[in-house]
Amino acid sequence: MHRYIVSRFLLVIPTLIGAALLVYTLMRLIPGDICMIRLGGGGNSFSEQALAACHAELGLDSPFGLTLKNMPHLWLLQPETYWPVLRAILGFLEYLWRLARGDFGMSMWSGKPVIQEIATRFPVSLEVAVMATLIAISIAIPLGTISALKQNTWIDMLVRTISIAGIATPSFWLGIMSILLVLDVTQAISGHPWMPSIDYVPLWKDPIRNLSIVMLPAITVGYRYAAVSMRMTRSAMLEVLREDYIRTARAKGLLEKIIINRHALKNALLPVVTVIGIEFAFLIGGLVVTEQVFNLNGIGRLMVLSVQNQDYTLTQALVLLVVTIAVLTNLAVDLFYAWLDPRIRLS
Amino acid sequence: MTDIAPTPTGATLLVDDDYVAPRGIWSATIRFLRRQPVGTVGIVIVAVFGLCGLFADVIAPYNPTANDFSAMTEAPSWAHWLGTDQLGRDILSRILFGARTAYIVGVTSAVVGGFSGLVLGVGSAYFGGRTDLVLQRILDIVMSFPLIIMALAVVSVFPNGFKMSIFGIAISTGSVSAVIFAITIPLIPRCARVVRSSALAVREVPYVDAARALGYGHMRIILAHMVPNVVAPFLIMLTSFVGQAILAEAALSYLGLGVQEPVAAWGLMLQGGAEEYASTAPWIAVFPGLAIMLTVFGINLFGDALRDVLDPKMRER
Repeated sequence: MHRYIVSRFLLVIPTLIGAALLVYTLMRLIPGDICMIRLGGGGNSFSEQALAACHAELGLDSPFGLTLKNMPHLWLLQPETYWPVLRAILGFLEYLWRLARGDFGMSMWSGKPVIQEIATRFPVSLEVAVMATLIAISIAIPLGTISALKQNTWIDMLVRTISIAGIATPSFWLGIMSILLVLDVTQAISGHPWMPSIDYVPLWKDPIRNLSIVMLPAITVGYRYAAVSMRMTRSAMLEVLREDYIRTARAKGLLEKIIINRHALKNALLPVVTVIGIEFAFLIGGLVVTEQVFNLNGIGRLMVLSVQNQDYTLTQALVLLVVTIAVLTNLAVDLFYAWLDPRIRLS
Repeated sequence: MTDIAPTPTGATLLVDDDYVAPRGIWSATIRFLRRQPVGTVGIVIVAVFGLCGLFADVIAPYNPTANDFSAMTEAPSWAHWLGTDQLGRDILSRILFGARTAYIVGVTSAVVGGFSGLVLGVGSAYFGGRTDLVLQRILDIVMSFPLIIMALAVVSVFPNGFKMSIFGIAISTGSVSAVIFAITIPLIPRCARVVRSSALAVREVPYVDAARALGYGHMRIILAHMVPNVVAPFLIMLTSFVGQAILAEAALSYLGLGVQEPVAAWGLMLQGGAEEYASTAPWIAVFPGLAIMLTVFGINLFGDALRDVLDPKMRER
């Protein structure tokens, strides 16, 4: 087991290096120039010297800076491009070395440390993700279990319809519809429409205001998340309920409640844990659209802004954060699964 | 019902009255429609939207891109059944043409992503060892990579799609192809993962060893002996991919990173005006969203029914 854990941890390293290389290259392929966006914002005119100074300040006049994107498509085949490519590789290695030392650099757009930019927005996304997970679990497990126990009845049909609708509904549209509903309901009750504030306040400082901001996005995301988990719970429960040990438990005369809670649900939850973990891993990076709909200043919105502004350092750090969370959550789910199920642990 | 029927030799056979020997694609389809009423509803929904997209030129009452500033944000009426948007464009016509965009993106992404994943998944399981290890790590990277960055990069680098020349004929694919490319890439590792796990089990079956012992080439073993045995999970996944690709296209278009104006696309219809006019002209937001939801709902119903038919374990339930 220990060897397995160590080897899985070691496999995380090449994945992270690969992701770093991919984002490093992709960002430099996107046409555009952060200095042009910065200096020319609002239709301002600027001189060549100002542009050159900006490039020098941000280090864009050296390796792999603005060279790759200006190259013809077959740049690898041209001898005169070998030197910039070599410099680009050296630039990437330097970037990896800085990462290994924990130096994520400064945001090219705001000039603030990247860590600080992410740290101020990460709690918003994390809170929405955690709340969405809690909502999903509290809906999915009871409804999925009931659906399996009442298989082929109207209850089962209803739960299945709710879950398929959840998977089919675009979360951003559900967000727009829920905003519309809140506006209409508050208009009808108090006479004037109400919308939650967009300034995030931590839960421990002002719980009511915090929940009024986070609740609607969490429900929107949680519904889809619940739908996926609900289907898995139903499917896993149906499989477990047909196992011999459940028949034995029934033959022994055990109470149905004990059979369901202690024998069936405990085993059926194994694949559900995997689904919940995998969904959570992708949720942090997948909140982009929801944050856009609800005007939340989370890392999803920051990611869109950083790419639009050509802020290489910030985008690279955000992508690595999202990939690290995804890879580590997958690893944690696998280890948790092995811990829960002795058969997997022993094999 | 099961009977014991006599045979010419006098022995008895177990005969299933409900069993109908497969007699080709038509009888299999009719059998599917009869036995899977919920799946049939799904097929009907998918077919209706598909036909709407296909014949949008004929059935759409208005030009989907024509602005009519005298009829902006008009409520549903006999002239405009689903109302008009902030530029006076007929919403019904845009939904009908949007169906075409959604199906082109959904089906192309699912088929290209699915088949690429199938080849990689089966190949990875068949060759095993280092090939499998390296491929899995690459798939890990692509799978955990945020779709938004990939889409932004592809759409920014190829804003008007891909331009190529084949035998001297210039081909320009348009903005939709860049979206298809961006959506296809994340589908490949997801398909490869599922197919690989099924193919790993198939690799251990004696007939694959037998094929190797007979000296068959890798391609022949993979294509003729392994791929047919992983077709069931692959087909089920392919249907779900169509729905996921339609949702991804809508999300990307909503963010302004997908299909570009003036092409009619459901996600694009929800961008800008939908939120701005949500309380004064809710039909702008409601109908395109309903179209996305209904289509993906239909695809999922069909996918579930297909799973029930193809997966023997599910059939028992």
